[in-house]
Amino acid sequence: MKTIYFDHAATTPVHPEVIQAMIPVLEKHFGNPSSVHHFGRQARKIVDDARSVMAQSIHANEKEIVFTSGGTESNNLAIIGTALKHQSRGKHIITTEIEHHASLHAVEYLEKQGFDVTYIPAGESGRISAEDIYEHLREDTILVSVMYVNNETGIIQPIKEIGQVLADHQAYFYTDAVQAYGTLPIDVKELGVDLLSVSSHKIYGPKGIGFLYVREGALLQSLQHGGEQERKRRAGTENTAAMKGFQKAVELLMQNREKRNETYRYFKQQFLQNLRDEDIQFSLNGEQQFAVPGIVNISFPGINVETFLTNLDLSMVAASSGSACTAGSVDPSHVLAAMFGSDDPRTRNSVRFSFGMDNDEEDIKEGARRIAQIVKRLTL
Amino acid sequence: MKDPKDTRVVVGMSGGVDSSVTALLLKEQGYDVVGIFMKNWDDTDENGVCTATEDFEDVVRVANQLDIPYYSVNFEKEYWDKVFTYFLEEYKAGRTPNPDVMCNKEIKFKAFLDHALALGADYVATGHYARIRKNGETYEMLRGNDSNKDQTYFLNQLPQSVLSKIMFPLGAYTKEEVREMAKKHNLATATKKDSTGICFIGERNFKEFLSEYLPAQPGKMMTLDGEEKGQHDGLMYYTIGQRQGLGIGGPGGPWFVVGKNLEQNILYVAQGYHNDYLYSDALEAVQVNWISGKEMTEPFSCTAKFRYRQKDSEVTVYPQDRGEVKVVFAEPQRAITPGQAVVFYDGEVCLGGGTIDRVIKNDQYVDYLA
Repeated sequence: MKTIYFDHAATTPVHPEVIQAMIPVLEKHFGNPSSVHHFGRQARKIVDDARSVMAQSIHANEKEIVFTSGGTESNNLAIIGTALKHQSRGKHIITTEIEHHASLHAVEYLEKQGFDVTYIPAGESGRISAEDIYEHLREDTILVSVMYVNNETGIIQPIKEIGQVLADHQAYFYTDAVQAYGTLPIDVKELGVDLLSVSSHKIYGPKGIGFLYVREGALLQSLQHGGEQERKRRAGTENTAAMKGFQKAVELLMQNREKRNETYRYFKQQFLQNLRDEDIQFSLNGEQQFAVPGIVNISFPGINVETFLTNLDLSMVAASSGSACTAGSVDPSHVLAAMFGSDDPRTRNSVRFSFGMDNDEEDIKEGARRIAQIVKRLTL
Repeated sequence: MKDPKDTRVVVGMSGGVDSSVTALLLKEQGYDVVGIFMKNWDDTDENGVCTATEDFEDVVRVANQLDIPYYSVNFEKEYWDKVFTYFLEEYKAGRTPNPDVMCNKEIKFKAFLDHALALGADYVATGHYARIRKNGETYEMLRGNDSNKDQTYFLNQLPQSVLSKIMFPLGAYTKEEVREMAKKHNLATATKKDSTGICFIGERNFKEFLSEYLPAQPGKMMTLDGEEKGQHDGLMYYTIGQRQGLGIGGPGGPWFVVGKNLEQNILYVAQGYHNDYLYSDALEAVQVNWISGKEMTEPFSCTAKFRYRQKDSEVTVYPQDRGEVKVVFAEPQRAITPGQAVVFYDGEVCLGGGTIDRVIKNDQYVDYLA
């Protein structure tokens, strides 16, 4: 049976051109970018070139890019690094109930250290409002952390509007753009953010690499201590091969973003049409006018998500829901619980499908057919 | 019968050696094997350490060695509602429940079986030491070949509809052979220690654990003649015939628990292992399941076990109404304990069983639970 991958929001396959770009670095340019000899200089050039491409992609300057190991580290550095650095100016943090665990758990950690955290609810639309942020702002607020696109629902959050609300406030504004970057053009000045994170493996790049944009002048407490890499904001020998691959992935993204979006949009529309033609019951979670093209979160009344996902996998269809928790079992999604309330059946019968460039029309058709078959069997 | 490769068998994998070898044997026989770990209890401690996570890691290692897909399923709610609540209720009532019997009936061979069937399983397999044999249209449950490990006692509540859908590959082997097979195949769990704790909850200090859920009420310890012998820590901590933990000595031999008075919170004790008061000659059992699925109406003779790993005893069973039976012993029996299972056998065949409700001596109910 053909395997079908509908879990691109979890991770994407690596683009062949990315792999090709990485091989010479692994084979030849093995130097340490901090070394003062020519091996080092060669490696240093790889880091600088990659940094320049990252900066351009979000209309930032090179000094504002801090390479990290990916989304989770960027989130931790942005949130904890800001809080520790600026706690003398206040201990209040605003975030949302629908953040990724990489943000949410970082904030919860700070809460245990004595910070005061306000969690903004999302409501059925899956979208928070800039007014809500405004209403909860206090004089001692030092950080506002709101993700750009929710990883479970694909719902875009009003980052620019929040940026405007915060324009004259001392609080730093951080957005986790890991899920947004592959789809939305980003201009950090226009968004009014101080910090923004991106991960490579969501855009057909390698795992283990990402970056954090830190506005020039914004100060962070570094969390990792050692050498002077990344202007002392992130010590550790650079992962040069991954940076090279990441650079290639970003270049491809910049050339193809709109084309990719059109493809994703088409896949999603075909997919939903196929499900409708199969005459099964389902509804979409979140206000769809705000959804990115590649992600759709679907509730199937009468199914149990654990049984459903296992069945999907046994039929060679990969999708996911919420986040995997202890001992491999699936917890009800905290995002859907924040939107609908934890007792709502949608928190336990919803699955996220996310499409990518490696899918084709046959995948969409065949995937929808297998999915419908399972839904029918489980809801008999 | 379908070809093994077209027959999907879902194996309940606990991360122990028995279920690992179960999966191994089925895989070797060519079945379409799927491993599933059940998470039924959240025991995450203050350091974030959870034995379920460790056990799941072992399932992952073995499943990868066998090249079978593995998944996890969460039955914490079902376990709490159907097994743990019963467990606490029984203790509250002064009885000594058997959570493993209930866990097999409600979780492994109901919730889990339903889950497996929803995954397109033809059969569910577990690492129990028991055998299933089809005799005409009827499924029989036989003792495991390893008489020391036979687990039919815990499986006495299974109906025909369940037996037709399960496999016990280990029934044909001894524990030693199972360990040997695990070692021969270098399974990650080959030398893992057997769990001896409460089904899914794990090994822990029983008194401490129970006191987290039921308030302990210390009270008087008395002889049957009304002489005070000290304090007990809470009636639920004691079971009929128990010697350990009483903390009383003196001449005349060791002391044993012989009864409880729940209303007055008194624990009765008496001296001597063979104290007459511990012996009875009959019992009444409720919720009796006959594995054959055929209602028993006439009295019959067979053997029975009143506890796990006890030798069989000769009994005569008198079926009553509403799934109840009276069981008369050929020889007086010591420490028959309400809440435990009584399980009936005809030679190798397990006939079924029920829950011991009342104990009888000389045609009088014994006041174990006055």
